[in-house]
Amino acid sequence: MDNGYGHKSRWWRKFDVIEKQMTKNSFQWIVDELPYAKPFLFVDEIMSIDETSVEGTYRFHSDAAFFGGHFKNNPVTPGVLLTECCAQVGLVCLGIYLLGDNKQLKDLKIGMSSSQMEFLVPVFPGERVRVVSERVYFRFQKLKCDVKMYNKDNELVCKGTLAGMMSITNE
Amino acid sequence: MQEEEKYQILKDIINIYLPEDVNIADIQEDSHFMNNLNINSANLVDIILDVEDAFDIRLENDDMDQMQTVNDAMAIIDIKLKDK
Repeated sequence: MDNGYGHKSRWWRKFDVIEKQMTKNSFQWIVDELPYAKPFLFVDEIMSIDETSVEGTYRFHSDAAFFGGHFKNNPVTPGVLLTECCAQVGLVCLGIYLLGDNKQLKDLKIGMSSSQMEFLVPVFPGERVRVVSERVYFRFQKLKCDVKMYNKDNELVCKGTLAGMMSITNE
Repeated sequence: MQEEEKYQILKDIINIYLPEDVNIADIQEDSHFMNNLNINSANLVDIILDVEDAFDIRLENDDMDQMQTVNDAMAIIDIKLKDK
């Protein structure tokens, strides 16, 4: 029986879903502009981003090839890949956002220039992590950020400071 | 501030970012940051940011493009200090 309320709540549920999709898609262009592809793309979704910070997630799928060798019979995500994930979310996504949504992004040249990381908790196959990055500065094409990675229990997985050069060269 | 004092401050900043195969004694007024002192562009940015803090000045993208040698840096610092 339709008492009007049920109808309204269904409508609101639908609205919620649409709104979530819109929110998700509004940062999708940044992920699409990333100069990475499988098997070296370590960003699933950007949840929030502004001029000074970014937050994004990635799931380290259990079928990833590196788990076969790191370590033998004891799969753990390598620290270099945790660092890479932090860099792709924290530096490259933020850098793309700061450089703006323009067509010249296809000429984007990037390179990591320094990394200083501490690792506190291991990440096992299939775990989803969340990266939070705060801009230290973005000047003279160098972006430096303080990054933190958390697991699903909100434990600090790793933290550090990363920097890279990001520029659009259209010569 | 005397020229000698400025040069010493700049040298001390550059020294922090020298790669292991370059010595502080290698820093000459005509040293080219990238070619002679093996400083990469990422570290050159850090030198510029430290120079800004040390002399309380602000450099722009054009200044960085012109800052090829230690002498260039000294000249830019002088101009910025005069404009203050």
